[in-house]
Amino acid sequence: MTSAPTKRSVPGPENITRVVLDNGMVVLVRENHAAPVVVAEGLLPTGSIHDPDGKTGLAGFVASMLMRGSERYAFDEFNEIIEGVGANLSVNASDHTTDFGSTSLAEDFPTMVEVLADTLRRPQFPPEHMARVRSQKLVRIQERDQDTQQVANLRFFETIYGEHPYGRPTSGYAETVSAIQREDLLAFHAGHYAPQSAVIVVTGDVRTETAIDLIRAQFEDWRGDAAGTAEAQLVAPVQSTNGVNRLFYPLPGKYQSDIVIGCPAVARSHPDYDAIRVANTVLGRFGMMGRLGETIREEQGLAYYVYSAQDANLAAGVWLAAAGVNPENVDVAVESILSEFARLGEEPPSEEELADSQAFMTGVLPLTLETNEGVANTLLNMEWYGLGLDYIERYNDLIYGVSPADVQRVAATYLRSDRYTVVVAGPPSAG
Amino acid sequence: MAHDKMAHNKMAHNDVIKAKLANGMRVVLKESRVAPVASFWIFYRVGSRNENSGATGISHWVEHMLFKGTDNFPRGQFDKAVARAGGIFNGMTSQDWTTYFETFPSDRIELALQVESDRMANATFDVEETESERTVILSEREGAENNYFWLLHEEVQAAAFQAHSYHHPTIGWKGDLRSLTRDDLYRHYRTYYTPNNAVAVAVGDFDAQEMLARIDRFFGALPAGPEVPPVRLVEPEQKAQRRILLRGEDSTGYAMLVFHAPQATHEDFFPLVVMDSILGGAKGMGLFGDSGNNRSNRLYRALVDSELAVAVASSFQPTLDPSLFSFYITLAPGSVHQAAEDAVWQEIRKIQEDGVRPQELEKAIKQTKAQFVYSSESVTFQAYWLGFSEVVASIEWFDNWLERLTAVTSADVQRVARRYFQPNLQTAGWYAPQGPQTE
Repeated sequence: MTSAPTKRSVPGPENITRVVLDNGMVVLVRENHAAPVVVAEGLLPTGSIHDPDGKTGLAGFVASMLMRGSERYAFDEFNEIIEGVGANLSVNASDHTTDFGSTSLAEDFPTMVEVLADTLRRPQFPPEHMARVRSQKLVRIQERDQDTQQVANLRFFETIYGEHPYGRPTSGYAETVSAIQREDLLAFHAGHYAPQSAVIVVTGDVRTETAIDLIRAQFEDWRGDAAGTAEAQLVAPVQSTNGVNRLFYPLPGKYQSDIVIGCPAVARSHPDYDAIRVANTVLGRFGMMGRLGETIREEQGLAYYVYSAQDANLAAGVWLAAAGVNPENVDVAVESILSEFARLGEEPPSEEELADSQAFMTGVLPLTLETNEGVANTLLNMEWYGLGLDYIERYNDLIYGVSPADVQRVAATYLRSDRYTVVVAGPPSAG
Repeated sequence: MAHDKMAHNKMAHNDVIKAKLANGMRVVLKESRVAPVASFWIFYRVGSRNENSGATGISHWVEHMLFKGTDNFPRGQFDKAVARAGGIFNGMTSQDWTTYFETFPSDRIELALQVESDRMANATFDVEETESERTVILSEREGAENNYFWLLHEEVQAAAFQAHSYHHPTIGWKGDLRSLTRDDLYRHYRTYYTPNNAVAVAVGDFDAQEMLARIDRFFGALPAGPEVPPVRLVEPEQKAQRRILLRGEDSTGYAMLVFHAPQATHEDFFPLVVMDSILGGAKGMGLFGDSGNNRSNRLYRALVDSELAVAVASSFQPTLDPSLFSFYITLAPGSVHQAAEDAVWQEIRKIQEDGVRPQELEKAIKQTKAQFVYSSESVTFQAYWLGFSEVVASIEWFDNWLERLTAVTSADVQRVARRYFQPNLQTAGWYAPQGPQTE
């Protein structure tokens, strides 16, 4: 095994190659010869935001059907080729994107690119797999709808986003998934799968030129209409719900209640994004899950899990906290979370407390970039949000540029006691 | 410091160093210069296997209490120190072991040695902290109880083991979680958290000899404890088929089928690993045995392609004492439990009668090789595998994994299929919604 000459250098403009193919597809490559592995991660700019009314879950259905047979690889053949060499290949729909990934030994990478291209470009949507995939999806939806954590989550997003596409689950609903026909899949694929603004990131034991040549050979003759342009990614502005929403979803036979509570926040491109990210680490992420972990888990012993998270996307997102508690403790847990929201907005964190979170967020970077998969995910994110190839080099400054006053300001601005949604799912007695 | 012993790890083509400190602590080290990171794990040879009725869940609770502070690192200080240094950490309890790890940028790894050596001996077990953790663990258990698949698994496990402590859930029975005391926990801690009952593992970007010296500096002065109480429990041979029927409010049906199967060091272990791989697909080497595409295996074809089930899996884990070979099924809508169970049996019988094909053996080996290469990218995964291997078997056992797997023949798989899979040796569990019978 050779020692990697680049192990001390973080991914940046001098060691990432970025190429845009004639058809608008973006290819990023970073070599890493430490192990005979190649990882490819990518995205097509289409997802559940393009689900037509009444067909929620369509983008996800299309993604699931891609691996059920393509022009050159029937279902069984596809499985034998991928699994026979111990490789992994996946395609999953998200809100704005359909994400794909491949992990294989270096020697199998050319095959993976070929299979991936055929899968994305020439799926056959075999009719005999329609019913099978549908029933798998319906059972997963049924399991979701009987899981307190997932119900709390789903209802939270539905409530806070209202009619906005972000309020609809990528997995769909039983009625909408039942309504999807094969023609819908064909139409979605024809209308939305296109190379413009698609991204593929390759990291691992392959020469840059070889990787680009392989991708060119399989993808460059792909033509599509304007489906992949920035306009196609536009979604309506999020209409923030005003006031306080408190909702309870009883699920019989359960022992614990799960809580999701949060407020409208910002898009990934918003100037407050980094300040919220740092503030969120203080609130519900640092160490044993920040201030929320300290008061709700450690001091009061109320919950096994409690944390907070920022969900930011191309359009405005949310800032939320979640916890699982005994039904008797729902009210006290909600009040504790709200009082931590308020405290963060009322007084700035100490220099020391802020410095701890900043040290964690920057210090953990080498762990994030340890594996090919970690690097590929990071580069994909950088490309999709237009952060620039020097983003990792700028990252420390972005994090350390956040002051105690910034943390207080974003908490006061977004974590509003007069504008939040709380959803609880649990045993009926907890209502 | 005792002698160093070099062992060649044939899988990752890298050297593993084994050592034993004067106080009996085992040390396993592996240099990995791929990325500027390092992972440190400490395994204690204690888990729910070491627990008696009335004190179940005590190992897992003790694991939680080690995050509640020492004199040097009062509560909240340990996790802050690690996070501030850009590290990640966690603790985990299984049937056979309890483990803690930190993964850091490699220049900070000494902090892991500092905190782990400190809390091996100096955890305070404050009475109030013990009480607040009692409700946290009850919350952890109740969160799991929300899931009927988890409840079914608990029932099936308890039915499969009558005498051996694998009967108990790792998290413990609720009554015990309500009645255990601070002193019970502290006694358990002092009994099992000793250098002579621990294995330390470090993998990453460091010089192994230097790391060994550092580990000795932090852990070498801790006094050895008495020998830990042996586990003498032996599960009697199962004579009757056992069946569980769990009913509840959720609509999705589940079925499980489990069979007693031998421990990691048994000669039949590797033929059963191959059988698991051919029936249910090769398992990944990630922390939780995750795997990717898994649709070309026999069970998927027999149950999912035929639309009896929407998911099926087999599982066979390396354990210290004989444990279980398990099948898990999520039923398709309208499908009945018995049909799914019969379909699993049909696949078992095929192997009992005809063995397996050479291409299937070859595929299992190829998949395993690939998984080993993938796992070599993560110091955290590597350290985990080395550590639990040393606890349930030995580093040599892990070292020879691929060789032993390659030596398995179709006749071996056929023999173990006949020996361990018989109707009277099974425990079956069905979950079905309340109301009219659907199975």
